[in-house]
Amino acid sequence: MSAFQTKKLPEFKPDLESESFSPGKILLATLKRDVKLAFRRQSDWVNPLIFFLMVASLFPLGVSPEPKLLSTIAPGVVWVAALLSTLLSMDSLFRSDFEDGSLEQILVSPQPLYFVVLGKVISHWMMTGLPLTLMAPLLGVMLFLPFEGMGGLVLSLLIGTPTLSLVGGIGAALTVGLRKGGVLVSLLVIPLYIPVLIFGTAAIEASLTGLPVAGHLALLGAMLVMGLTLAPLAIAAALRISVSG
Amino acid sequence: MSEPLLIVKKLFCERDDRVLFDQLSFDVSAGDVVQIEGQNGSGKTTLLRILGALSRHYEGEIYWKGESIHDDSLAYRNDLLYLGHQPGVKAVLTPEENLRWFMALHPSLDVGQICHALSEVGLRGFEDVPCHMLSAGQNRRVGLARLYLSQALLWILDEPFTAIDKQGVAAQEALLLAHAERGGAVILTTHHELNLGQFVRRVNLDKQVGTK
Repeated sequence: MSAFQTKKLPEFKPDLESESFSPGKILLATLKRDVKLAFRRQSDWVNPLIFFLMVASLFPLGVSPEPKLLSTIAPGVVWVAALLSTLLSMDSLFRSDFEDGSLEQILVSPQPLYFVVLGKVISHWMMTGLPLTLMAPLLGVMLFLPFEGMGGLVLSLLIGTPTLSLVGGIGAALTVGLRKGGVLVSLLVIPLYIPVLIFGTAAIEASLTGLPVAGHLALLGAMLVMGLTLAPLAIAAALRISVSG
Repeated sequence: MSEPLLIVKKLFCERDDRVLFDQLSFDVSAGDVVQIEGQNGSGKTTLLRILGALSRHYEGEIYWKGESIHDDSLAYRNDLLYLGHQPGVKAVLTPEENLRWFMALHPSLDVGQICHALSEVGLRGFEDVPCHMLSAGQNRRVGLARLYLSQALLWILDEPFTAIDKQGVAAQEALLLAHAERGGAVILTTHHELNLGQFVRRVNLDKQVGTK
């Protein structure tokens, strides 16, 4: 075969730009891709869940098997365990895309980075935050959390964990260019997690004592809305800096 | 079509106090194949990352169709296909899934062409095999299959022939030629001797290296 054998490539289509902007489509495509990737690499999302389960099951052994004591610390233990296991999974959010060049491909594509990032964070939450929320009542039972607290527990985690994923994404994006960013992510992100932790546990305490929960949940919801609108912008900017370096 | 597509003006870049290039100017017109030459470490990849609007560690100006590439970055990215040092191929996905993701990022392209593109790069029959089961060269070919799908005017290719066999390189050369003939432009780095005769222009970075 001669190197000069002329192949025919299709002619350029004029006016490609007009049809290429569809944020909903790229969000959905990113979501599908990342969920598929997570299912093929099980350890990425199973590890944080096992960690979550282990922390909660070690507390009765380490502290005291006394139901009365356990039920008072249960809201805090479940929330701290959920927070730490989210943090544990954060580093892998952009790591593999960065290492195999997929992230570069996303950055040079004509897609709005905001929606790609949002899709990635939502899929991360679906693989960590959502299963954590579903497992939480089980942990509540293990720690003798009274039944009245279960509603507050599940609702506060359901609204709180997406915020954890969004804020953690900023830390992950900032440190993805570093060889060992793991510890740095925690240092960057933990201060920002504290308000979520405070209002999350307060919601459970309120539902335990029969006080209205709506106020705490509304604050968690406000944080979530702020995270949804602003965090993808920060993540996108951080990714551009990390790849540029 | 006398107006150049891409104009690079007085580009300066240094890395760790080492000047990679200074006062580097060249332009790329439709139908050009530009090969960036230089030793290892002379800044070829750095230059391509700057041209791909991925890196901003430079001074100087780059214009695409008369607009600075960062001012009108969406228009530039619409016209750009960038293949970096890493092929951007997900190991746990199959070649077809990898290309589908590429199509999702470039929604104006025709998804029906994926099979055709894979058979063009010699991966017919490997559509459903996860990429981690394929060889390095085959993974590279999955990345190169994007060239058959792309409608981008400017191709920036960083070492596209790494791990590709001789027949594959000849096919890729023919492809670059066909792209130039339809009015596209190619900027690439390679240590392979390009067999494209008078079509290639060369930009050498070795003369640019300095430690001042």
